[in-house]
Amino acid sequence: MTSFDAIVIGGGHNGLTAAATLAKSGRKVLLLEAAGELGGAARTEEFAPGFRVSTAHLLNRLHPEVVRTLELEKHGLVLPKGQLAPSIALSRDGKPLTLHGAYGESLSGASAPEAAAWQELRAQLLRYAGILKPLLTRRPPDLGNMSLMEISAFAMTGLSLRRLGKEDMRDFLRMLLMNVSDVADEHQEDDRLKGLLAFDATLGSHLGPRSPTSLLGLYYRLAGEIGAQPGAQALPAGGMGAVVAAIERAAKAAGVSIRTEAPVAKILVEKGRSVGVVLASGEEIRARTVVSGINPRSTFLDLVGTREIDTGFVRRIKNIRMKGDAAKLHLALDRPPEFLGVDAAGHRGRLVIAPSADHVERAFNPAKYGEFSPEPVMEITLPSLADPTLAPDGACVVSAVVQYAPYALKEGWEAGKPKFLAAIMARLELFAPGVGKLVRHAELLTPADIEARYRMPGGHWHHGELQADQMLMSRPALGAAGYDTPVDGLFLCGAGSHPGGGISGVPGLNAARRIIEMRG
Amino acid sequence: MSKTAAKPLAEQAIVQAAHSPAQLHFRTLRVDTPFQPRIDALMKTNDWYDWGGYRAPASLWDEELEYFAIRSQAALFDISPMVKYRIEGPDAESFLNRLTLRDVAKLKPGRVHYTAWCDDAGHVLDDGTLFRLTETRFRLCCQERHLPWLLDSAIGFNVTVTEETEAIAALALQGPTSFAILREAGFAGVERLKIFDLAEFPHDGGSVVISRTGFTGDLGYELFVPADLALSLWDRLWQAGELRGIRAIGYTALNRARLEAGLIVANADFVTAEHAIRADRLRMPDEIGLGFMVDLEKGHFNGRRVIAQARSKDTLQHVLVGLEIEGNIPAEHAIVYHRQKKEVGLVSAAIWSPMAKRNIALASLQRPYGDTATDDLWVEIYAMRELKYERLMKRAKVVARPFIKLDRRTASPPAEF
Ligand SMILES: Cc1cc2nc3c(=O)[nH]c(=O)nc-3n(C[C@H](O)[C@H](O)[C@H](O)COP(=O)(O)OP(=O)(O)OC[C@H]3O[C@@H](n4cnc5c(N)ncnc54)[C@H](O)[C@@H]3O)c2cc1C
Repeated sequence: MTSFDAIVIGGGHNGLTAAATLAKSGRKVLLLEAAGELGGAARTEEFAPGFRVSTAHLLNRLHPEVVRTLELEKHGLVLPKGQLAPSIALSRDGKPLTLHGAYGESLSGASAPEAAAWQELRAQLLRYAGILKPLLTRRPPDLGNMSLMEISAFAMTGLSLRRLGKEDMRDFLRMLLMNVSDVADEHQEDDRLKGLLAFDATLGSHLGPRSPTSLLGLYYRLAGEIGAQPGAQALPAGGMGAVVAAIERAAKAAGVSIRTEAPVAKILVEKGRSVGVVLASGEEIRARTVVSGINPRSTFLDLVGTREIDTGFVRRIKNIRMKGDAAKLHLALDRPPEFLGVDAAGHRGRLVIAPSADHVERAFNPAKYGEFSPEPVMEITLPSLADPTLAPDGACVVSAVVQYAPYALKEGWEAGKPKFLAAIMARLELFAPGVGKLVRHAELLTPADIEARYRMPGGHWHHGELQADQMLMSRPALGAAGYDTPVDGLFLCGAGSHPGGGISGVPGLNAARRIIEMRG
Repeated sequence: MSKTAAKPLAEQAIVQAAHSPAQLHFRTLRVDTPFQPRIDALMKTNDWYDWGGYRAPASLWDEELEYFAIRSQAALFDISPMVKYRIEGPDAESFLNRLTLRDVAKLKPGRVHYTAWCDDAGHVLDDGTLFRLTETRFRLCCQERHLPWLLDSAIGFNVTVTEETEAIAALALQGPTSFAILREAGFAGVERLKIFDLAEFPHDGGSVVISRTGFTGDLGYELFVPADLALSLWDRLWQAGELRGIRAIGYTALNRARLEAGLIVANADFVTAEHAIRADRLRMPDEIGLGFMVDLEKGHFNGRRVIAQARSKDTLQHVLVGLEIEGNIPAEHAIVYHRQKKEVGLVSAAIWSPMAKRNIALASLQRPYGDTATDDLWVEIYAMRELKYERLMKRAKVVARPFIKLDRRTASPPAEF
C-alpha cells in the first residue's frame, strides 16, 4: 500500500486547492470525497434529463493567487474576463436598472444624478473593500505570537489606511460596522439600486439590510475580483463544475490521489495528534497530516469527537452559528423566459428581484422567527443562454438563489417546501410573466436539502455565518483560526475557515501554505 | 435607619406572586444544611461563616479544643455544603477521564481518589474527590460549582450529570476514635475499609455511603446520606460516640488539621481559574503541587496540550511548597524573600503545628525559588504586639508535605482507640 504524507477530507474546491498546493510542494497527498463527484456545492449536476446546473452559479471571487499557484489556466480554466455578467435590478413596471461591467462601472436605467452619486459610492466601496482585501486574503493575525511577516502585512493594511487621507480614513472607520441600508440611504435615491445593494450585502447570511454590520457582506463581495477587476462577476462556461474540473486537473497533475465515494467517518487521534482517518467502510488510512475541507463543526464534533478536544473548544465550536437562509431553485424550462424590460444581454446577466431595501428587510423579518419570506428576494441566472450545453436544444435552465429560507423552519421543510416553491413562483411570474407555464421540472433545494446533498451543516453558504464575530481570528473559532488546530497534525481548509465561503480557493491555499510553513 | 422603613422584602406579597419558589432563593442569604438543628443546639460561640452559601460553624465551643478533638478523640464536621455531583452512565469513566487529570480507569469501584480538573489553558478549575460508587456511577465532590462546565464536557458522552449538593447530606467523622464509634454504631464490616475505600451500609431504612477519607491526615471517615436521613445519622453517631469523646467542630479546627496534613484549599491556597481576575493568578497543576495527578499517558483530557507544552518548554511559573519557619509565630500571608531582599512569593496558610511541633506554612513561590533555588529563603512576619507591629524576618526552609504522618490514618485494620 502507498503511504501518504497528507490526507485531505472533502473534495470541494477548497479541499482540492489545498491538496493540489500540498502536492506541488512534494507531498504525497490523498483526497477523500464522500460524494460520487468532486466539487461540493460548486459541482455542476444534471437535475432533469438534459438539464445541468451548479448550486454556486456565479464566479466572482476565485483568487488570482489560486489561479497562479495552481496554473489553472494551463489546466483548462477559462477566466471569463471579457464576458462579465451585468446585474439587473428588476422592477415590476418593466423598467429595470442595470449595473454594467464590474459591479456597475456604468449604470443604465437610472437618472443622471443617481448615476453620478453611484459612481462616487462605488468608488468609495471599492476603495474600502480594497483596504480589507489583504486581511481577507492572508492568514488571520495571530495576536499571541505574530510572525514578522504577519506584522508587516498588518502594517501594510495600516499604511493603505494612511494613504486614504484623513477624511477618507475617518469615513472608512465610521462605516465599517454600519448596516448597508443606512449607507445606501446616505448616497442613493433609487429603490432598485438600494434593493440590489441590500440583497448583495446579505446574500448567504442571516442578516437583514438593517442589521448592524450588514455592510461587511458587501465589502466581502467586493473584495472578490475577476482578472483584476474588483466586484466583477461571470457565469463560467460549463458551469462552476468547469472551474472545479480545472482545479482537479491541477491536483492530478501535481500527483494527488483522489478517491470519491469515500466518506470519512473518523479522524484518528493518538496522544493529541491526528494520525489518519477511518472511512465509513471501516478502512483505516494513516498519514502525518490530516486536512479537513469540510465544515469545522462536523470536523471536530463528529470526526475528531469531543473526547479528543477540550471542553472550552467544544463550546466554541458548538456555538458557531451556521443555519443557512439561502435556498436554491433550479427550473428546467421549455424555452427561455422573458423578464419584463430586460434585453438579450441582460438575460445573460444576473437578474435580481429585490425591489427595495425595505423589501429585503421585510423578507428577512419572518426568518428571525423560523418562517420563510412570503415574498422572497432572489438572484436569477439563465446559464444555458451563454452555455447551451447545459440544456437541451432551445430549452433553458433557471438557476436562482432565493432568500430567506431559514434552515430551522418552524413548520418543517416537508410541509413548508411546496408552499415556499409556490411563493417563489408567484414572485417570478410577476417579473417574468408566463414563466410558470414553461416549467418542465422544478427542483427546490432548501437549506435542509443543501445540508444533506453537500454535507454542509445548516446548508450554510460559508460553513458558518460570516459576521463580524465569526471573522478573522474568530473564524471558525478561537484556537483554530490559523488553519492549524488544537489537534496537532490536523488542519482546516474549507469555507468555515478564514476568510470564508464562495468559490475563492483562499482557505484552501492559505491552509496549504500554513501546513508547508509548519512542516506538517 | 429610615423611619418610614419599607416592609421587609419577605412580606411583599406582590413580588412573591410573580416569582416561582426557585427564584426566591435570594430571600435566604445563607441556607441551612440538613444537620442544622443539631449544630444549632450545640452552638455556643455563635461563630458562623459562609461556606458556599451555607451557614456553617467556624467554631462551636472552643476552636483550640475542637482541634484537639480531631487529634485525640473524634470530631464530627458537617460537610454538606461541599458541592456534589452525581455522574452516571456507560461513558461515565471516559467522561471523567477527559474531564480530570488522573486516570479514572485505575479507580476501581468502591474506591476514592483525590483529583483536579483544568480548563483548555491547563489552569486548575478546582480540586476534589472522586468516588467510584459502581462501574458506571460516580460522585464528584469539590469546592466550587461547575455544572455548566460539566454539562458542556458531557457533549458527546453517554452520561448524565446531576447536581446533588442539596439532596445529599454529608458528615466527616475524623480522629483516632472514629473507627470505634462507627463500629459501636453498628456499621458492620466497616473495619474492612482501607484508606480510600468506600462501601454502602444500611441506615434507617435507607443506606449511607461510608468512605475512609477525610481532610485531616488522621484516621477518619466521610458519610453520605440522602438529606432526609441526615438527622438520624447524626444521632446514631452521637450516641455511639458519647463514651469515645465525639465532638462537633467548626472549620477553624479543621483548617489547622488540613494544614498539618499538607492539603490545599481552593481559593485559599490558589485561585481557581474561573475566579481569577488577574491573568497571573491562574495556576497549572504543576504550580500548586498537583503535578503528580497529571497522567499524560491515559489519553486526552482538558488542558493536556498546554500542560504538556509547559512542561516540555519549561515555562511553569510558580510552585507551591511546604515551609518550616524558625520560631513559633505563624507566618500567615507573609511575603517570602530570597536573601531577605528579593520578593519571591507569598504564604497562603500558616500555623504553629501542635502535632509537628513546628512552625509550618504553605507558600506559592515564583520559580526557580522553591523549585531549584531553595536556599536562603525568608519570610517577613508582622506580629501585632499591643497595637504595634513587630517586623520579624525569619528563616524558612522548604520541607516535604505532609507535615505530619500518622500511622493510624492508614493502618489496616484500623486501630480501636
Ligand atoms: C445556495 C447557495 C448558493 C451559492 N452560490 C454561490 C455562488 O453563486 N458563487 C460562489 O462563489 N459561492 C456560492 N455559494 C457558496 C459556495 O458554494 C461555498 O462557499 C463553497 O462551495 C465552499 O467550498 P468548500 O470547498 O469549502 O466546501 P464544499 O463546497 O461544501 O465542499 C465540501 C466537500 O466535502 C465533502 N464532504 C463532506 N463531508 C465529508 C466526509 N465526512 N468525508 C468526505 N467528504 C466529505 C462534501 O461532499 C463536499 O464535496 C453558494 C452556496 C449556497 C449554499
